[in-house]
Amino acid sequence: MAVLIKNALIVNADKMDPNLQDILIDKGLIVRVGPGLPDGQARVMDVKGKHVFPGLIDLHVHLRQPGREDKETIETGSRAAVKGGFTTIVCMPNTKPVIDNAMIVEAVVKEARRVGLLNIIPAGAMTRGQNGEELTDMFELKEAGCLALTDDGRSVANSQTLRLALDYARMAGLLFMEHCQDLSLSSGGVMNESYTSTLLGMKGDPVVAETVIVARDIEIVHYLKTRIHLQHMSAARSVELVRWAKSQGIQVTAEATPHHFTLTDEAVKSFHPNTKVNPPLRTAVDVEAVRQGLKDGTIDCIASDHAPHTVEDKEVGFDHAPFGVTGLETALALGITELVSRGVLTLNQLVDRMSAAPARIIGLERKGAVREGYDADLTVVDIDEEWLVKAEGFASKAVNSPFIGRTLKGKVKTTLYGGKIVYQDD
Amino acid sequence: MVPIGKIMDHEYIRRTIRRIAHEILEKNKGIENLCLVGIRTRGVVLAERIRRCIEEIEGRAISVGILDITLYRDDLTRVDTQPIVRETLIDFNISGKKIVLVDDVLFTGRTIRAALDALIDFGRPAQIQLAVLVDRGHRELPIRADYVGKNIPTSLEHNVRVVLEESDHSEDEVVLEEIKKT
Amino acid sequence: MTEWTRHHLYDLEDLSKEEIELILETARSFKEVSTRDVKKVPALRGKTVVMLFFEPSTRTRTSFELAAKRLSADTINFSSSGSALSKGESILDTARNIEAMNVDMIIVRHQSAGVPYILGAGVQASIINAGDGCHAHPTQALLDIFTMKERKGRVQGLKVAIIGDILHSRVARSNIWGLTKLGADVTLCGPTTLIPVGIRNLGVKVTHDLNDVLGTSDVLMLLRLQKERQQDKFLPSIREYARVFGINKEKLKKAKKDVLIMHPGPTNRGVELTADVADGEYSVILEQVTNGVAVRMAVMYLMSGKKTAE
Repeated sequence: MAVLIKNALIVNADKMDPNLQDILIDKGLIVRVGPGLPDGQARVMDVKGKHVFPGLIDLHVHLRQPGREDKETIETGSRAAVKGGFTTIVCMPNTKPVIDNAMIVEAVVKEARRVGLLNIIPAGAMTRGQNGEELTDMFELKEAGCLALTDDGRSVANSQTLRLALDYARMAGLLFMEHCQDLSLSSGGVMNESYTSTLLGMKGDPVVAETVIVARDIEIVHYLKTRIHLQHMSAARSVELVRWAKSQGIQVTAEATPHHFTLTDEAVKSFHPNTKVNPPLRTAVDVEAVRQGLKDGTIDCIASDHAPHTVEDKEVGFDHAPFGVTGLETALALGITELVSRGVLTLNQLVDRMSAAPARIIGLERKGAVREGYDADLTVVDIDEEWLVKAEGFASKAVNSPFIGRTLKGKVKTTLYGGKIVYQDD
Repeated sequence: MVPIGKIMDHEYIRRTIRRIAHEILEKNKGIENLCLVGIRTRGVVLAERIRRCIEEIEGRAISVGILDITLYRDDLTRVDTQPIVRETLIDFNISGKKIVLVDDVLFTGRTIRAALDALIDFGRPAQIQLAVLVDRGHRELPIRADYVGKNIPTSLEHNVRVVLEESDHSEDEVVLEEIKKT
Repeated sequence: MTEWTRHHLYDLEDLSKEEIELILETARSFKEVSTRDVKKVPALRGKTVVMLFFEPSTRTRTSFELAAKRLSADTINFSSSGSALSKGESILDTARNIEAMNVDMIIVRHQSAGVPYILGAGVQASIINAGDGCHAHPTQALLDIFTMKERKGRVQGLKVAIIGDILHSRVARSNIWGLTKLGADVTLCGPTTLIPVGIRNLGVKVTHDLNDVLGTSDVLMLLRLQKERQQDKFLPSIREYARVFGINKEKLKKAKKDVLIMHPGPTNRGVELTADVADGEYSVILEQVTNGVAVRMAVMYLMSGKKTAE
């Protein structure tokens, strides 16, 4: 049955029409966009002048299934995603077992379809078991549904392995997404190496552990004339390297997370395990550079790095706690609060960084815009509504958010996936 | 606090201390085996004054110790802020000695109870006697003084304020005050 | 004198100069208690103190336990190392378990920085940090400062050199906070690889040459060097460390005639200092141990007021 969304303030990456528009959806596609469309047979949904974004796309999500269903499942992760306004997410392969063969990809895809709330694209491992040694069967992974490969959680440490993997992935038509961290330099660091780590007596993970891999990868990509996507850029120097690479025409894309454009390592002074992330929270200079990178497009997109953990896993002392924060449900609001409200990004740019750009990077042709012929993945947002982040309020199984207690601006009111309402705020 | 009246003045206190010194000597037949221990803070001042009197009379030195009873108070678990602990200085062996404990005011007897416990942790004295400047009654424990400067009948609404030159930097006096109800 | 109003002792970073002085002054009174025949006062009678040690420690635990016992508190040992408890046990779960036993004070040591804070937020009992990761060890710093003050009569203006592995030292960090608050002139001396980033911001000087501090310091505080530092490549060899940063009789000739040699223990003889220096006339290492009990008694006494959690 057709759906007609009435009185929408449509925000696309390239433009925002100041006039209210109607969006006619049929068979999962946007068939017409324009003012005052006739109701016809369609079910009418009046959004009363609220903003309508193309469904948000997150290139970096940990769903934990299979293996750690106590932290998150595909089902709870899906609910968290649509509550956060996402209609496509790329899930990371560091599950147990690792997503490194077709059987596991198919299992994930099957479960994602059964849940059916949004488009879940598994990223396959670049190396078997993410061990950094043998390459995965990339054509098999692609056929099973992967669009990208990554050993997220760690870098491909061996440069020769990376070179060959990148070369092969290009042939298979798969995007490689790199977690940039030289583990020998990180050397067990649990937070950014800085004056703050000195004060807290915590093992520091220096910026250079990230930037040496960024620099190495840029050089290898340049040499191979291929492309790469760099995950969660956290440091000013990384942004600078990516900016330089882009100026040289090297095909690098990059993402940044809401926590890296919002928090500094000062947050770790609370000793709260929800401030322990990888890469670590850096300094104010880095936060500002990440924001500027997002503004000028050096950093192409925002990705949540949604990393759910149980309270039991986190409350074991900072050193032993696992890295990561839950992020799907706060990403958009942080984008609006920290970037749009502060004048770093326009609303259009935010839509670009959270929908159009990730669609482009992962190669989704009919997503990332509210346009005739595109998938009817839409996010209706009240960009002015303020809400308090509360531990009780998460759809995710996890509550490991460093933003609990903060009031954020911008709330997802309705999420549509393929024309169907998959989330409704009440 | 509302002052009701001065009970002892400088001269009165001086004579009283002198009398107590004589009584101590009389009762103990000299200063053989005798030591004084003052309870912080004013008991120490009084013990010093008694020592001077005794030494003047006897022409021989007598040891004086300083006892801080804070750690032996029975109300420690009930106070909000821990009282300041000061040093206890008893640089002689009290075992087998006759000890005269000295304090300014004898009231409920709880301070003396604490002082007795503290002293016994230092050794096993042959005898412990008690000298006070003022006994104001209202005992809560079976304790009495061997030497009393002055008995002052008081009500529980009263406070006995002892002022001594050395500790309070003001002229000696004992004043009865009324605790003002708020 | 200032009043003690704190319910927890996490680090000297949180304390004012006056609060530190109050502890030192109180410790002076407690030192006398340890010289009596009956080395026990009833101040903490009926109170229960738990030693929650997630990391092996004989010295600190014994010192705290002795302090608690001399205050007449009941003590329980909840120590464990290498077992499931030291790693991966939920801190809050542990806290709740202890809370259920109605204890009044928890002395906690953990290999992870910040655990005392997390514990403190979850329980009613008073928390005393007995060492958290490389972050803080406030009672060690207090006993060090107490020893300096007792020996030198002051802390203000005292030239103190802290020598060795500053990067991994909670003792150094807590001492830096305490000493700088009391006006001491602190210089850190150690290999470049073991001096943490930005430490000068704490108001200390840094040198990598022992000669810069040897002749001018009133106190030489030597830190324990963990043997693992060589495997972790912070140092070429322990031998070379001893050669460059170790104190021996020969080097000590350049020192002030009334210099104090301090060490939090246990010493690696032949590494941080030679045996003749450790046992020599300038060493106050055993006094530190004695003073540790008095300082811990003072801290426990002050913390045992009836205050409810802040």
